[in-house]
Amino acid sequence: MSMTQQILTEHRINQAKDNDVEISHQLLEPGTFIQSEIDLCMVHEQLGGRISKEYAKLGLDYIKSPEKIVYILDHWVPSPDVRAARMHQEANEFAKKYCFNKQNILGENKGICHTVIPERGYIIPGMVAIGSDSHTTTYGAFNCFSTGVGATDVCNFFATGYLWFKVPKIHRINISGELPSGSFSKDFILSMLGDYKTDGAVYKAMEFGGEGLLNLSISSRITIANMCVEMGAKNAIFEYDKVLENWLNCNKYLQNRDTGDIRAVLPKKDANYELEKDYNLGYVQPMIACPHSPDNIKPAAELSEIEIDQGFIGSCTNGSLDDLRIAAKILKGKQVHSNTRCIVIPASSDIYLNAVYEGLIEIFLESGCTVGPPTCGPCIGGHMGVLGDDEIAISTSNRNFQGRMGAKTSKIYLASPASVAASVIEGRITDPSHYFD
Amino acid sequence: MSNDDYIIKPKHAWIFGDHVNTDLIVPSEYLTENDPDIIVKHAFEGINPDFSKKVDNGDIIVAGRNFGCGSSREEAVFVIKELGISAVIAESFARIYFRNLINQGIPAITLKNATQIFGNMTKITINISDGIINCIDLNTRKRTTLKFKPLPEFIMKIIEAGGALNLIKTKVKEKI
Ligand code: SF4
Repeated sequence: MSMTQQILTEHRINQAKDNDVEISHQLLEPGTFIQSEIDLCMVHEQLGGRISKEYAKLGLDYIKSPEKIVYILDHWVPSPDVRAARMHQEANEFAKKYCFNKQNILGENKGICHTVIPERGYIIPGMVAIGSDSHTTTYGAFNCFSTGVGATDVCNFFATGYLWFKVPKIHRINISGELPSGSFSKDFILSMLGDYKTDGAVYKAMEFGGEGLLNLSISSRITIANMCVEMGAKNAIFEYDKVLENWLNCNKYLQNRDTGDIRAVLPKKDANYELEKDYNLGYVQPMIACPHSPDNIKPAAELSEIEIDQGFIGSCTNGSLDDLRIAAKILKGKQVHSNTRCIVIPASSDIYLNAVYEGLIEIFLESGCTVGPPTCGPCIGGHMGVLGDDEIAISTSNRNFQGRMGAKTSKIYLASPASVAASVIEGRITDPSHYFD
Repeated sequence: MSNDDYIIKPKHAWIFGDHVNTDLIVPSEYLTENDPDIIVKHAFEGINPDFSKKVDNGDIIVAGRNFGCGSSREEAVFVIKELGISAVIAESFARIYFRNLINQGIPAITLKNATQIFGNMTKITINISDGIINCIDLNTRKRTTLKFKPLPEFIMKIIEAGGALNLIKTKVKEKI
């Protein structure tokens, strides 16, 4: 069995009486509908948006398993306007009314949901996690099943404690080799998007393994799992290995949390895949996703004609401490080009603090970058770097849909933190390879 | 629950292209908006600025590949429900959007070459339960019958109930 099938099998709720559900007592074949236990449900501002409004329709004065909910405000924090502030107030009131566990209310200055939830030890291998955000696929980097859902699905979980899933078909991605210096996991996932296109993995589980995995850090895996949803995937899951084991052992929050025994999930020999693909990291070059689609991929080296107004280093895709270190390495002692501005946003308050300790923030400020507090901010065109008419941005985020970061006529190029850092120095899109010679 | 067929007769089919994403259906800037009327007013404005004014109760949306890709914002389904869209037919759907449509009780039908076919069709009758579409070709005036794979029973139940919350409501009440 594949990893996804194993996890879903273990979480399937046997409800023979419930004729809404097809029950298979053997292997969960792709296409089977199951009701699944949910270990964790992440909710963000959407709680004050559609979720609270939909839940009100049920007229319930309770939530089935409030202890499984982790609640965070991240997209529009600190609130840029009255509307956002009201949304936060509504979300906060809901959390209070339904008694979310105190230690699971992260509030509004911890950072971006997909960064903070694993960082603070809420995610462990083998879990089934859902979140009110499409990039909830991110947690698969930690060897669990994790997927994004809409407001009604969150309400369904709130009311019943479980949720239905269709067991997906599985794609196995075998990774070999090591990334060349100057290339990063962002370049790899962008190359993969070039192959798969934005609908190549709709409803599929993407399972990553192979000996090359050991060459990918946890933050690199986060970038990959995060962007699998851009090819339509239901979930993305990385095999359990030494790198993850070390990470779990070193996580200070996990040490204080009673997680029980951590169970590593690995594919069984009999696993059946719809497709198996091999990728050698050694061939990955700095790549850029051009407007207006994450699969519109070109080598960075071919885009040096394109002048940029703004660089953005941050988001749940590439706002990690590793990402900031790479960007700082390039920006150290250099200046952001006079025609360009650069916004750096550490993805969590812990990352921010460590970046201060390591002197990275100093490097960014000295080179002329603006450093913002942890938030989604410009990634969703919310605040702190909204683009004007016809402006061009190069961003480490995950989506370059038309108008995503501001004006409808603006354009977004997606890239690795190294490519963004090199580009803001030059004022035009730049292949960062020579900074690593 | 009745055993009657679920049949819709849309006046008009609104055609959209491939990869229409949720940012185009409801731009992020309206996600913090509390007034539903304002959110609905701006639906699809990036592609068809007058959509919300022109669309009629019962109309359908016909789209190309990967309809609704992008974020999980259910506002992107909420708006089309509020505008009275009776079904969405697409060459393929993004996963979360498909779930959101079903959860809001809107039939989501997958049909090959949907945008080409519907560009020319009038007098459309869709039998959601059986997976049959009857219509008349505007050019040839010929009657055409198209078939699609009906939705699984489990999903039809959600649609017939008018959305997942209505089903949950009954279930939760039964347990008390
Ligand atoms: S950083 Fe961007 S993609 Fe990530 S959760 Fe925030 S808005 Fe979504």
